[in-house]
Amino acid sequence: MSKIVEGLKYSESHEWVKVEGGIAVIGVSDYAQKEMGDITYVDVPEPGDTVEKGVEFGALESVKASSDLFSPVSGTVTEVNEALCDAPELINEDAFANWIIKVEMSDPSELDALMDAAAYSELVGE
Amino acid sequence: MSEIANNEAAKKTCLHDRHVALGAKMSPFAGFDMPIQYGSIAAEHNAVRGAVGMFDVSHMGEIFVEGPDACEFVNYVFTNDIRNLEPGKVLYGMMLYPDGGTVDDLLVYREFAENAYLLVVNAANIEKDYEWLCARVKDNPRTGKPFGCTVRNESEAWGQIAVQGPESEKKLVEVLGLGGAASLEFYSFYDGQWNGKRLIVSRTGYTGEDGFEIYSAPENICEIWDRLHEAGVTPCGLGCRDTLRFEAGLPLYGDELSEKISPIMAGLGIFCKLDKDFIGRDALVRQKEQGTEYKLVGIEIEDKAIPRAGYPVELADGTEVGVVTTGYHSISLDRSICFALVRREYAALDTRLDIRIRRKTFPGKVVKKRFYKTNYKK
Repeated sequence: MSKIVEGLKYSESHEWVKVEGGIAVIGVSDYAQKEMGDITYVDVPEPGDTVEKGVEFGALESVKASSDLFSPVSGTVTEVNEALCDAPELINEDAFANWIIKVEMSDPSELDALMDAAAYSELVGE
Repeated sequence: MSEIANNEAAKKTCLHDRHVALGAKMSPFAGFDMPIQYGSIAAEHNAVRGAVGMFDVSHMGEIFVEGPDACEFVNYVFTNDIRNLEPGKVLYGMMLYPDGGTVDDLLVYREFAENAYLLVVNAANIEKDYEWLCARVKDNPRTGKPFGCTVRNESEAWGQIAVQGPESEKKLVEVLGLGGAASLEFYSFYDGQWNGKRLIVSRTGYTGEDGFEIYSAPENICEIWDRLHEAGVTPCGLGCRDTLRFEAGLPLYGDELSEKISPIMAGLGIFCKLDKDFIGRDALVRQKEQGTEYKLVGIEIEDKAIPRAGYPVELADGTEVGVVTTGYHSISLDRSICFALVRREYAALDTRLDIRIRRKTFPGKVVKKRFYKTNYKK
């Protein structure tokens, strides 16, 4: 049983978004980190890079496999979570507390297409 | 849909129910539904390096060659020289196509019975190897007649467990009562009985640690698994089997050896005795004289990013000169390392080679392929 946090938006590719004004804080769900297993590396863009809804912006690596990260919204990266470079396992410890990037959204209406906690819970079958 | 169909078609080893009951992550491998990991790959990997772990390797193939010409026949299809192999000894080598491409890599066991050999082959290649052997046995080029020996595929009648790690000998002796294991040298085996069925114990493995491979009938393998499990031996999946063999510099057929990758390209010439005749020998002699276009090397990059199979190997100016075949962030060594096939002019140790990982290029250099110092029993 994986944890799902109320009040966040979720993508079908298992990213979550927390909206703080015009900024989207983006991470991966607890379900995703469990599927990945021990995360050993987080590949992220640089602040200033642009990301596009539905397009790969980075990756999580476990021992066995790499898994692409897809941006749930379009915009410009304002911040990346540097702590994950040294301690990628933080995502395994708490996937919701450890965000990956923050994006200044260019089109906040894109959020409407994302799922709420109840719909996401249905997607992952829990 | 296709995934479901594949799963239904996948074969199951005798230990399949136990893997499912343990909650293993299962995945199709070589036509079998196999456990990738029970918990964490890193924890299973570390259990083998530091204590003892066990693997279900019942998917591997067992092919028996018996008869007056068995030695001559096996020696004709096998790259290593078995003429001086004593009963109870094991030899590693390959079977090759005439062009030097690899049919499979395998272990040859010289049985205690006269004129009998056991060939242990990769699961994905059982049918192909069996057909290859059956075709070759019909034609002894020396006599123009068939070889006087039989080839029997008994893969489905045998289960196999690999018990690997520094405490493996202790577990075999104390938990299973296999006292003969203690006196086995590396690459030796003995024949025994368990519940009236044949049991083969060999001091071999695929992890870089001391360890054993136990072959017997499926019901015996299940009992042995249960007893080792009760005694605290860590069940290990194919995930850590790959990280362990990779660190120890051991090739995997399909990645570092294939129909297109000869043992010379893979740096395994030591297992090919060119002073005897075998299928593919002439091609290897040519490859040794002229050099192969590509060579298998180790590459280390200065970053925690992970070079995965298929990623391009580049020169500093971006010219592509090779491809990664297996790569990990090594669990035992904390280094990002890989095997790669690169053009031979860039295969020398310390050559600067970069690896492209998604959008970025990571500088690296050629290093020795045996990344981890192995701990075999001398």
